[in-house]
Amino acid sequence: MTQSIRSLASDLRQGKTSAVELTQDYLQRIQQLDGQLNSYITVAPERALAQAQAADDRLSKADAPLLCGIPIAHKDIFCTRDLTTTCGSKMLANFVPPYNATVVERMDANGAVTLGKTNCDEFAMGSSNENSFFGAVKNPWDLNCVPGGSSGGSAAAVAAALCVAATGTDTGGSIRQPAAFCGITGLKPTYGRVSRLGMVAYASSLDQGGVMAKSADDCAILLEAMAGFDPKDSTSSEHATTRYSEQLSTPIAGLRIGLPRQYFNDQLDTKMSGLLQDALRELERLGAQLIDIDLQQTGLAIPAYYIIAPAEASTNLSRYDGVRYGYRCSDPKDLQDLYVRSRSEGFGAEVQRRILVGTYALSSGYYDAYYGQAQRARRLIAQDFAKAFAQVDVIASPTTPGPAFGLNDKTQDPVAMYLEDIYTLAVNLAGLPGLSMPAGFYDHRPVGLQLLGNHFDEATLLRTAHQYQQTTDWHTQRPGLIAGGDA
Amino acid sequence: MSVTTRQLAEVATLARLQLRAEQAESVTRSINEILGLVDQLQALDLQQVAPMAHPRDEVQRMRTDEVTETNQRAAFQAVAPAADEGLYVVPPVIE
Repeated sequence: MTQSIRSLASDLRQGKTSAVELTQDYLQRIQQLDGQLNSYITVAPERALAQAQAADDRLSKADAPLLCGIPIAHKDIFCTRDLTTTCGSKMLANFVPPYNATVVERMDANGAVTLGKTNCDEFAMGSSNENSFFGAVKNPWDLNCVPGGSSGGSAAAVAAALCVAATGTDTGGSIRQPAAFCGITGLKPTYGRVSRLGMVAYASSLDQGGVMAKSADDCAILLEAMAGFDPKDSTSSEHATTRYSEQLSTPIAGLRIGLPRQYFNDQLDTKMSGLLQDALRELERLGAQLIDIDLQQTGLAIPAYYIIAPAEASTNLSRYDGVRYGYRCSDPKDLQDLYVRSRSEGFGAEVQRRILVGTYALSSGYYDAYYGQAQRARRLIAQDFAKAFAQVDVIASPTTPGPAFGLNDKTQDPVAMYLEDIYTLAVNLAGLPGLSMPAGFYDHRPVGLQLLGNHFDEATLLRTAHQYQQTTDWHTQRPGLIAGGDA
Repeated sequence: MSVTTRQLAEVATLARLQLRAEQAESVTRSINEILGLVDQLQALDLQQVAPMAHPRDEVQRMRTDEVTETNQRAAFQAVAPAADEGLYVVPPVIE
C-alpha cells in the first residue's frame, strides 16, 4: 500500500497483481479505516470494479498508459458523470452531473480507476476541511488535528493509503496546505495548465486543478495525464506541455533557489524555521544555490485575495437558485422566497459569509475601492514575482506557518483561519505553479517546504522535489491513524 | 471601512440570502473583522497601476461562432428539483 505508481504499474504488467485485486484491496481499506478519517464522501465500488476489469483487459492487450489500473480518488468538486458530486455542500448533496470534468475524462482515458469522491470544504472554501456539510476530515497523523483544506479528504486519503493518488483543486493553497499537513506531495499547476471544465467554480481567476500523491514522481505521472489544452475551457492555455515524468532524473546542480526575506523572517516559528533550514541545506548539498531575495509586496496578498476570491465566489455561486439543479426549499411561497430560502438553507455559514463579503465588495459605490483596488494590488504582486524569477529558477518558502492545528481551534475565528494561507495564496493571484513536499516532522506532525516556479515551469518544481526525495525519506513515512500522534 | 447590520441586511437581499435576526450581530462582526483585514489596501495610492483581472494578464480566447453542442434538455432537466413537460417549475410569478 506504499508502492509508487511505477512499481504498481510494473506489478500489473508482470501479473503480480491485477487492477481488480488492487481495487478490491483499496476498497477494503476504505471500508476498514475511513470511519476514523471521513476522507470520502462517496465510495463507488461497482463503478471502480467495472473500471478495474476494463483496465485488466487493456493491460492484457497492448501498450497501456502508466496509470492504467491505478486506483485514485477525485476531490468531490470535479463533476463525474452519473456519480454524485456534492462539493461538500447540502446545496449539491444529491447532484448527479450529466457530464465529466475534463480532468476526470483524461484520468478515465488513461485507465485510472476511480474509487470515489473525497471530502472537501464546502465549494472549496476553507483551510481545515471543517466547512464540509458531510463532516470534518481527521488528519491521519493525529486524529485530533485537521488535515488542512480545502482538499483535505484527498490529502488524508493519500496519506492513509486509501487511494494511490488523488486530484485536488487550489484557489489559495487548497492543494499545498493539506499536502503539507498530511505529509504528502501536492502540485498546483500554472493557471490554465489543467482544464477547469467541470471543476465546480469557486473563484474563476484563481482556481486550478492539480495532483496529490506520495511523491513527486507520482505527481509527475498524474500531471502528464491531466495537463494540456482544452478547447472547452476558455481559460485553458495552448502553451505546450512536456513529459514531466521523464525529466525528473536531471540533477539540480546550479539551480538557483530564492529565499524571500519576507517569508523567512522572525515571525516564522523557530522550530518550523529549523526544519525548513535543514531541507534547504539538503537542496544545497544537491548542488542548488540558495539566494536571498525580496518579495516586497507580500503584505498585499492576503487583503487582495480576500477581496478577489469572495467577489468571484459571490458571482459564481449566484447560479444556485433552487430552480435548475441543487437544493430547493420546501413550499416556497413565491419566486423570491424560493431563491432566498433555497440559498440560505443550502449554503453553510462560511460560504454565506464569503458571498456577503463578495457582494458588498462588488456593490455600487464600493466596487472600485475594494475590487478595483485589489486587482491593482494583484498586479504589484505579479510584478514582484516576475522580478524575482529574473534572478532565480525556483522560490522556496514554508507551505504553512506551522503543522496541522487542532480540530475546532480556529472555527470561531475566520480571520485566524484566513491567515493560515499566508504563504500560499500570492501564487494563485499571480497564476504561478507551486508544490509542497514533506520536509520533516514538527513533533509528530509533518510539515511541508513549498517550491514556487515560473509560469509553466512545473517540470523544474517536480524535478527539484524528486531529487530531494532521492536522498531523504520524509515522503516515505506513513501515519499511524492515532489520536495525539503517539504512535 | 465597516458595515452596519442594516447595511449588511441590504447586501444579503442583493445576494438572495436571509440574514436571520439571531445571527445578524455575529455575522456583522465577522464580516467587519474580514473587512478590517483588507482595509490596509484602502490606504495605498494605486491609481497609476492598471487592474489585473487575469493571473497571467491574458485575454480569454474566443471560439468560432458555430454550433457544436447538441440539445441535452432531458439530461439537464433530469437533475432539476422540479421540471415538467420540458419546463422548469417555479411558483407563480404573475398572479
